[in-house]
Amino acid sequence: MPYATAQGAGGSVRESQLGAGMSADATPELLRVEGLTLQYKTPQHLVTATYQVDFSVYQQDRYVILGPSGCGKSTLLKAVGGFMKPVQGSIRLRDREITAPGPDRMMVFQEFEQLMPWKTVLENVLFPMRATGRFKGKDAHDRALAVIEKVKLSKFRDVYPHMLSGGMKMRVAIARAMAMEPDILLMDEPFAALDALTRRKMQEELLDLWEQVRFTLMFVTHSIEEAIIVGSRILVLSPHPGRVRAELDASSFSYDTVNAPEFGVLSKRIHGLLFEHEVEQLPQTTEAHA
Amino acid sequence: MNAMPRQMTPARPEFERQPIDASGIGEVERPLSVMERLVNNDAARKAAILLFLAVVWEVYARWLSNPLLFPSFSDTIATFTGDVIDGTIPDRVSTSVWSLLLGYGAGLGLAGLFTTFAVSTRFGTDLLTTLTSMFNPLPAIALLPLALIWFGLGTGSLVFVIVHSVLWAVSLNTLVGFRSVPETLRMSGRNYGLNGMRYVLLILIPAAFPAILAGLKIGWAFAWRTLIAAELVFGVSSRSGGLGWYIFEARSELDTPRVFSGLLAVIVIGLFVESVIFRAIEARTVQRWGMQR
Repeated sequence: MPYATAQGAGGSVRESQLGAGMSADATPELLRVEGLTLQYKTPQHLVTATYQVDFSVYQQDRYVILGPSGCGKSTLLKAVGGFMKPVQGSIRLRDREITAPGPDRMMVFQEFEQLMPWKTVLENVLFPMRATGRFKGKDAHDRALAVIEKVKLSKFRDVYPHMLSGGMKMRVAIARAMAMEPDILLMDEPFAALDALTRRKMQEELLDLWEQVRFTLMFVTHSIEEAIIVGSRILVLSPHPGRVRAELDASSFSYDTVNAPEFGVLSKRIHGLLFEHEVEQLPQTTEAHA
Repeated sequence: MNAMPRQMTPARPEFERQPIDASGIGEVERPLSVMERLVNNDAARKAAILLFLAVVWEVYARWLSNPLLFPSFSDTIATFTGDVIDGTIPDRVSTSVWSLLLGYGAGLGLAGLFTTFAVSTRFGTDLLTTLTSMFNPLPAIALLPLALIWFGLGTGSLVFVIVHSVLWAVSLNTLVGFRSVPETLRMSGRNYGLNGMRYVLLILIPAAFPAILAGLKIGWAFAWRTLIAAELVFGVSSRSGGLGWYIFEARSELDTPRVFSGLLAVIVIGLFVESVIFRAIEARTVQRWGMQR
């Protein structure tokens, strides 16, 4: 890539494969992000969230974006969702430029408010299918029931969201997104608001679902452990503004290997990538000025 | 580094035990008694309050013993039922309610247009907030003289002042409701590619429904007040008078029980709309959805 970022020299292993993505059908490449710079305005500042970020997501990837808070990872996901326009660079899904939000990229948010409180679980799952006209009538209904069954909420299908626990609400949100069969499922720290036990259970269930359906997933988190367990590939971003620090393979890890020494090694390696700046704070700032 | 010992408290033994027998508390789930349920029932509690007020009224009126100034509850009820049976009150009520529905409906329609415009453009927001802060404090009844010049005696003037009293209250509440819809919910809606009218109808209106409902209630109360006041001011309209006229007429004949019975009719209709119609809407929507307790 022309603009390999200043920090990106460390762990990037994907560069050599980019050339292969050009041929049409053979490629598993689904989403390509090139030179993406994102900025947003607060009342006082223009904040640069990410700077010249490149990466590609392949079919059936569980692609995790990991970084400390303030590295622009949620902003990055919102841009892929179509909620933000890039200042520089491009985001292409199946070779089409992303310009607006759309149901081919279903988002699951961290907040429980994403469910419509005026609809039951079943109606919530049905809503996007019918609103977009993607699935209709009986077909939509059957799909909704099937996916609710998959997330083990069949007993609660006629219940309103305010009667569900946090984990159940999140399951509904995941079911609703999956029922649409999007090209890519975007999850923005979906389990961060859950308690530790529920979070662990949800991670396992998400992996089970992936085993069954093999959807492509893009997952934002700030937890190294979650990244290694959930992800098959991990993009590590440096803080403020987010730049690519590394892209690592984590496909061999799951809950069964949490205690394996390799898991610890990878975890330590990521920890080093994320927090080295705190040790060498001074040289880091001078470098930025130079 | 870690010179301080970790354990600062004296050692205590660990233990495990079987849960103790809990049958001492009786049934774990016990159905509530009739009395407990009655106390939990909104309608029952409110009926008790009404009964109490009626008793206070009756006792005070008898003690005062001056029917010209303050008729008793029983006298008022007698006049009221008499006029209901001979058709006077139903006639007056239907006249009033007809103008009310016209004005309320037109007010809501306009409020819908205004707020849709206001949420879709920044200019619209500015326009609505400015107009609202200008006109909301202006009592509708102060516009009545103007309405009489423009529309003459009759339903037109009534509808005009009612629209004025409904429009701003409802628009203001609806706009506040739209603005307080959580960002995540908005993004969910846009994620499905919803926009324009469909976005407002399918996402914003239901999500803002608690605020909209509050606006509808306030608007209704304003409309009802304005109507009665307006009828009191210019009395009869071309065909037949409303409840305000009924009260006005009774006053000029010094028929105090009839004045009270007119007021009672106003109150009864108010209570009915508030505690039956709006209550039912609430129970079926915002309470069922857990958006309001």
